Amino acid sequence: MTVSPPEHHELRYVGRSVTRREGAHKLTGRSRYIDDMHVEGALTGRTIRTTIAAGRVRDIRFPEGFPWNEFTIVTAKDLPVNEVALITNEQPALVDSIVRHHQEAILLIAHEDPGLVQEAARAIEIVYEKDPGIFEMEQGRVLKDLAIRHGNTEQAFSGENIVFEGEYATGAQEHVYIEPNGFIAWWENETVVLHGSNQCPYYVHKAVKNAFALERDDQVRVVQETTGGGFGGKEEFPSMVAIHTALLSRKAGGKPVRLIYDRAEDMACSTKRHPSITRIRTACTREGVFKGIEVTFHIDGGAYLTLSPVVLSRGLLHSGGPYRWPAAKMDGLCWFTNSPPYGAFRGFGAPQSEFAIERHLDRLSQLLGICPIELRRKNFLQRGDVLPTSQIVEEDPELDHIVDRALELSDYRAKQQSSPCGSGHGMGLSVFYHGTGFTGSGEVYLSSVVALEAQSDGTVEIQVSSTEIGQGTETVFAQIAAEGLGINIEQIRFRKPETGAVPDSGPTVASRTCSIVGGLVEKAARQMREKLNGRDVAEAAAMDSLRAEARYEPPPGLVWNEETYQGCAYGAYSWGCNVAEIVLDSVTAELRVEKMWGIYDIGCVINPVLAVGQVEGGMAQGAGWATCEDVVLREGLMQNTRVTNYIIPTSADGPDMVVEFVEHHNPIGAFGSKGVGELPMDGPPAAIANAVAHATGQNIVSIPIRPEDILK
Amino acid sequence: MTIRMTINGREYETDAHPMMPLLDVLRESCRLTGTKYGCGEGECGACTVIMNDELVMSCMVPVMQAGGAEIETVEGLARVAENGEEILHPVQQAFLECGGAQCGICTPGMVMAGVHHLRHPDRAPGGLREALEGNLCRCTGYSAIFRAMEQAAKTGHPE
Amino acid sequence: MIASNPVRYRAYVPVGVEEALEQKAAIENLLPIAGGTEVMVLLNEGLLAPCPVQSLHQLAGDWRGIRESDGSLIIGALATYTDVRHHPVVCERYPLLVESAKVTGALQIQNRGTLVGNIVNGSPAADTVPALFVYEANIRLLSSSGERVISINEFYTGYRKTILRSDELISEIILPAPPDGARHYYRKVGTRAAQAISKVVVAGIRTDHETKLAWGSVGPTTLRALKTEKAIAGGASPEEAAVVLMEELAPMDDIRSTRNYRLAVSRNLVMDFIHKTKE
Repeated sequence: MTVSPPEHHELRYVGRSVTRREGAHKLTGRSRYIDDMHVEGALTGRTIRTTIAAGRVRDIRFPEGFPWNEFTIVTAKDLPVNEVALITNEQPALVDSIVRHHQEAILLIAHEDPGLVQEAARAIEIVYEKDPGIFEMEQGRVLKDLAIRHGNTEQAFSGENIVFEGEYATGAQEHVYIEPNGFIAWWENETVVLHGSNQCPYYVHKAVKNAFALERDDQVRVVQETTGGGFGGKEEFPSMVAIHTALLSRKAGGKPVRLIYDRAEDMACSTKRHPSITRIRTACTREGVFKGIEVTFHIDGGAYLTLSPVVLSRGLLHSGGPYRWPAAKMDGLCWFTNSPPYGAFRGFGAPQSEFAIERHLDRLSQLLGICPIELRRKNFLQRGDVLPTSQIVEEDPELDHIVDRALELSDYRAKQQSSPCGSGHGMGLSVFYHGTGFTGSGEVYLSSVVALEAQSDGTVEIQVSSTEIGQGTETVFAQIAAEGLGINIEQIRFRKPETGAVPDSGPTVASRTCSIVGGLVEKAARQMREKLNGRDVAEAAAMDSLRAEARYEPPPGLVWNEETYQGCAYGAYSWGCNVAEIVLDSVTAELRVEKMWGIYDIGCVINPVLAVGQVEGGMAQGAGWATCEDVVLREGLMQNTRVTNYIIPTSADGPDMVVEFVEHHNPIGAFGSKGVGELPMDGPPAAIANAVAHATGQNIVSIPIRPEDILK
Repeated sequence: MTIRMTINGREYETDAHPMMPLLDVLRESCRLTGTKYGCGEGECGACTVIMNDELVMSCMVPVMQAGGAEIETVEGLARVAENGEEILHPVQQAFLECGGAQCGICTPGMVMAGVHHLRHPDRAPGGLREALEGNLCRCTGYSAIFRAMEQAAKTGHPE
Repeated sequence: MIASNPVRYRAYVPVGVEEALEQKAAIENLLPIAGGTEVMVLLNEGLLAPCPVQSLHQLAGDWRGIRESDGSLIIGALATYTDVRHHPVVCERYPLLVESAKVTGALQIQNRGTLVGNIVNGSPAADTVPALFVYEANIRLLSSSGERVISINEFYTGYRKTILRSDELISEIILPAPPDGARHYYRKVGTRAAQAISKVVVAGIRTDHETKLAWGSVGPTTLRALKTEKAIAGGASPEEAAVVLMEELAPMDDIRSTRNYRLAVSRNLVMDFIHKTKE
């Protein structure tokens, strides 16, 4: 790890590696995850799932030999409103009759004997009428389409310009958070209490309130327990688990019910990263100056819409890469298939489309006979350039500088020169960017609120629904609050997220927590500092209740038109460059990513150790997705639902990593910070693929890159 | 049959079924929930504990094979100083400082593997990468964990 | 988080070899458990049909040792991968066993899993079995009615099928001394650097006079490539040996890899073997 020393000498906490606040709890085993929660008398629940991908349920049979009258059993009929509320409400919580994908929930059972539940669940027989099903993109209906138009592409693709086309594909990716999904729920009269593993307590709240047709917000209480990884996998999916748990509990007369998935169930039924196919056509001069781009970005949405429209949107918006395109025609299409719905996963579409453009540019550079790095340099976005959505780049990304640092640290040129194409050793590079926060008007709609409350014991409590899922929310918010308030960080407390008890600061997604929600924490802290007016917290809190709230307001000029897809898609962008060094085994074609370098501009680095943790973790996930992570689906059923056969990197595989930050501060983020969580996912696949293309002389256009595809 | 074990120096007795995985017994009968479930197939290492000075995955041990065993779990590593302050084990302390724990779910198992490696480095001639290869981490990419282990090796161990 | 009902697995814990063999003969479908690294996976995942189980851990005194006897090395049925990996005689004389034990699971699994468990499981992807094939190990099978010693080369009869009778337990592996001056070769091709199930695994030894080569994951059982061995011993070029080998392997497509890759990589491996074991 190399971290450039932060230039915030005047600041006490921001820019310093304050140790993780809940770290000691996690390291001693005291942190309570959902499965660690002991609730006396809780029933164990289990979900019965479809074993076909398309068709109808004809009959459900309960064979003899089990005391079925002792079981709590629920079906779709027991749910007042059979919907999982998200963007639309089309996805049912339980299959009533029509089956749209494998491993869809049909029926739930619960019993006080966990062993009996497991046996009974396997004994239940479902009779189906099976339909053929659709398992490939571009064969069924379009769930959502989007278009971006900019400049005159017809002109760009005419005349002397060099036109070059390519098609690029990326596979699905499983999150493999090490803690599977789970909830525990019970009813207290007309109120349901839900504890669980999740990223977004208010999403769960909305879905549960809708499903049970509850009138008041306080009839649903969602408490986030320590969450063992999310990466997007616990953004929308937990709403489903929560509805199921609450339903079983209601049928059981309000008794507590535990519904905690095992690994195989979690992997088989939960969301994955959307597979993609990107077709790119570019026009440029013989010297490599970009004139126009046409992109068709296809993603597989699976059997329900869920969050696919926003994944499609972010993927499409990033599909041109950090380059100046005078003309652009970009179309995004999300396709229906009978696969389990694909969902949120770190990067949200951008890693898919940025892989495509970054591979395309290396291939184009070969055609032009120009060094791939020089080709990029000629076209990097600079201050004042216009993005395909007509957004004007207001900061200078200084991508030249970022790339220079990556080349220097990795000794790129010398290494590349000493390994000729096809030698089995290669260096590859990618340049990428990522918009901070929700797309377009998303942040305005969210209208997030945070609160700080002074306590009579002299502490100040942070109240947000933004969750700690490993990325360091509690710690960076404490740093920001202490800095803004001008008090000791030991005086800051973090309220465990619980709907009703904390304001809705929006979901914990979209690289928004540190920068955008953190910005609100900073604002609230400064307000409270004024109210304190030099008094000590305990003294002031004793006199009157001291509370500060901050609500999101869009910065002036941030205008977005959802109809035309024009305007400012994001309030800020983070930038980065990766270099990958790979070695291919000459006998087996096994691919080893030896080392990766990452230079990132995430604005102000609030906590270097945590920020490095985010980018290194993202690089490793990106490397895994590019090399070994392969979701094998047959007729919409995942075949490798174990960690023994869905392969993520071990400590023996992980590349050595070198990370450096450059800081271009963002005027709207907390202390100048920008998004960090997703950016590191965008670059590794293309950097690795470009390196493999060099090392093998083969035309790599899809990931994962399997030895099976190289050694023929 | 009643099975007796010593866990973190304390005697425990359980009437759990002999085929119950040690993991479930630790978590449910002994209420020691620091040791985590991650996969149930001996692959992720979240359930790693030290049994009779050997590193094992507790989901792979039928509890009847743990009868009479000395078991160490993550709960037994830190100690309390005279002034009541908690003193973390050097491996825990280094993880805290170096960012070795993020979401924390692999952490107890990872820490136990780390502690065992410092005691018996000869068991993994391939060094850290080999010593920790049975413990999957999805958050860190392992680099911060390597840095923590290097630091812990320098600060020494009080055992 | 166990997806089974443990009460469906009645447990027997014999305290001596004789008792173990009596139980094995008397109780139908009795499933022996040594380190538990296979059985517990099935149990946790809800994939083990209810059956009585027999835990052999009380037999460690009889069966866990590794000892020399008349120039052979005897590995007890309860010796773990760790025991094997770190045993001085194994390290000196049977490097392929050390290599293969090292790449079987991670340390935690190596501390519990046994070499005999790897044999009896019958998976064609077993990492240590090719090494045992080329060392021409014998295995001792005990039952309450007697014993027999058979070559591991004759142990497998088909995919996950062995000649082991329902009343028998394997008590030990007998390794004859390897030929003098043997050059050793082991290679596991997996999906990642650690904790992988093999796509292809090969073990080979070569002297100036003879060659032995055993392959895993390229057929229904681990297999010896006898024609290829003969060709190599007869001075075939790497390319010629590779052609012969292709006739001896019968790999399939599965979720880990493809038939084509397995063939291509086996071709490369045999050529690499010939280069690396030249002298």
